[in-house]
Amino acid sequence: MDFNFTEEQTMIRDMVRKFVDNEIKPAAQQIDKEHNVDLVKSIFKKGAALGLYGIPFPEAYGGSGMGETGYCILIEELSRGCASTSVTIGAHIGLAGMSIMIGGNDAQKKKYLAPLASGEKLGAYALTEPGAGSDAANLQLSAKEDGEDYVLNGTKLWITNGDIADIVVVYGLSNPELKARGGITAFIVETSTPGFSANRIEDKMGLRGSATAELVFEEVRVPKENVLGQVGMGFAIAMETLDESRLSLAAACIGAAKELIAMSIDFSKKRVAFQQPIAQFQAIQFMLADMTAEVYQMESIVYRTAWLYDQGKKIPREGAICKLFCSEALDRIVDKAVQIHGGNGFMGEHPVERFYRDSRVNRIFEGTSEIQRMVIAEDVLKKGAY
Amino acid sequence: MNIAVCIKQVPSTESKIRPASDGKDIDRSGLSYVVNPYDEFGVEEALKIKEQLGEGTVTAISIGPEKVSDALRTCLAVGVDQAIHIQDDAIHGSDGFTIARILSAALQKENYDIIFFGRQAIDDDSGAIGVFVAELMGLPHAAGINKLEIHPEDRRAVAHRQIEGATEIVETPLPALFTCQKELNEPRYASLPGIMKAKQKPLTVWGLSDLGIDPATVGATQARITVDQITSPPVRTTGKIIEGNASEAVSELVSLLREEVKIV
Repeated sequence: MDFNFTEEQTMIRDMVRKFVDNEIKPAAQQIDKEHNVDLVKSIFKKGAALGLYGIPFPEAYGGSGMGETGYCILIEELSRGCASTSVTIGAHIGLAGMSIMIGGNDAQKKKYLAPLASGEKLGAYALTEPGAGSDAANLQLSAKEDGEDYVLNGTKLWITNGDIADIVVVYGLSNPELKARGGITAFIVETSTPGFSANRIEDKMGLRGSATAELVFEEVRVPKENVLGQVGMGFAIAMETLDESRLSLAAACIGAAKELIAMSIDFSKKRVAFQQPIAQFQAIQFMLADMTAEVYQMESIVYRTAWLYDQGKKIPREGAICKLFCSEALDRIVDKAVQIHGGNGFMGEHPVERFYRDSRVNRIFEGTSEIQRMVIAEDVLKKGAY
Repeated sequence: MNIAVCIKQVPSTESKIRPASDGKDIDRSGLSYVVNPYDEFGVEEALKIKEQLGEGTVTAISIGPEKVSDALRTCLAVGVDQAIHIQDDAIHGSDGFTIARILSAALQKENYDIIFFGRQAIDDDSGAIGVFVAELMGLPHAAGINKLEIHPEDRRAVAHRQIEGATEIVETPLPALFTCQKELNEPRYASLPGIMKAKQKPLTVWGLSDLGIDPATVGATQARITVDQITSPPVRTTGKIIEGNASEAVSELVSLLREEVKIV
């Protein structure tokens, strides 16, 4: 048993940390205040030059083969700086890229995964619809076979990167009778295809620099060679992608939590009340202790699970556990961080206020806490505990 | 061009520095280490010259214990071609002059056209080693440069140095040694491909015997300068806010300056 990062993993962490400190942290408040997606896109380009987006993918497709562990390190570090940037990159790698990695054939990976890994193209993943969120199996976007193509009609909602992406992995209903049991198919759609349009959705509580969009498909023709995996395998690809991306979402929570603890330590040592720094008060110390205990647990389960995934194990239960625990722990941590910062923590000029708003969605997107509990319960009832 | 960059591994700038219990060193427990930021300017400049000329080799050299290999690997990941790690227990406790002697011996094993140092290491801030090495090797040097032009056709270099109220422009034939100031360039990040390749690049370890240096001539006993004591800077006391209107406040301030601080 060895819990140490390898030399390469440590170097990746140090490099990304430096990148975040120099390029992302100084921009994070502006990104949030101005809903500045363009600034996020310019950071995305800088990250591309460093090869960040190929971390989990094989070298054959322009990646560096650093696996899920390398990817979690990347997302954890990015999330110390800016959730909007981290989510943009997370949807690009962990949802779009990973869907193609999981479901794609060699030609598709060369054509579509390689430019995502290099950052030359930007990716998105479109599963959610107005009437199909938690109940993803109920999706309605129609995918009808027509000669050498499939024709897509329908709407996707709350799609991260939806209106800035070049490539979207779209899940559609190819057989309404079979639905999730073989009736859902995944397609690689180039957003330049006629009939595709995207509308930015503004006024989110958090992640204000992340582009969220409604996607409209009107007679969008997708060649059959762009079907991911087999026709009807879409739901399985979507779910396996989510297993993996839930884990990286949990890694994102670690980064935010560590940053909040660092900010809280710093503030509580400087802020003086009743003639002493508030860090001297047990009430503050106990909050810091609880935050620290939680982040240790988060780190322990996420990197253990990343290791499992890199061993080739499937992680539906473990991914759900990580996502559930880490997103809920982060909300407890960010709440304490605001409390420690007092009035300052309530003010928009302080980053802790941004972290508070950005954190909340972690319990909602990529499967709500309730869905995670359902996944875990179903699995444990079927297979027992460990 | 054959370029060497001498680097030092130092505690990271975010480290909380405390004196060790013996008062002769800092407490090194729990510190994280980085490549000295001024040395990174040297690494970047070396890589830029190699890229501009389209040929050359960049070698990073460092002295220190096992963990120094991390700093050298970082340089390899950024783009340096090879690294030399001088590691020998006898070196422990050496002063700057001895370190300069050891580095000179290592640098003399190869014909370098350009040697870079940072202008100082951010841990002990002595700023002496690069200049010592130039002297020991009989090389021309420019210290604290913020701009450098290399003219390979007639093997010379033009360096800019910021001096009090002016820029000094100096010219030197190569080989020469330069110590780097922060405006020189913007160091690049390691890239993922760079990190993946770093392990395959040569990292040679030399002991004192490889350099023909007698271990008896180095180390704490041979140091010309020894550290007497390391202490924390005095804790800053909180400032005093003088209340009241301007004329009252000024007279209060003057009386405090006269009676408490005793500077007027």
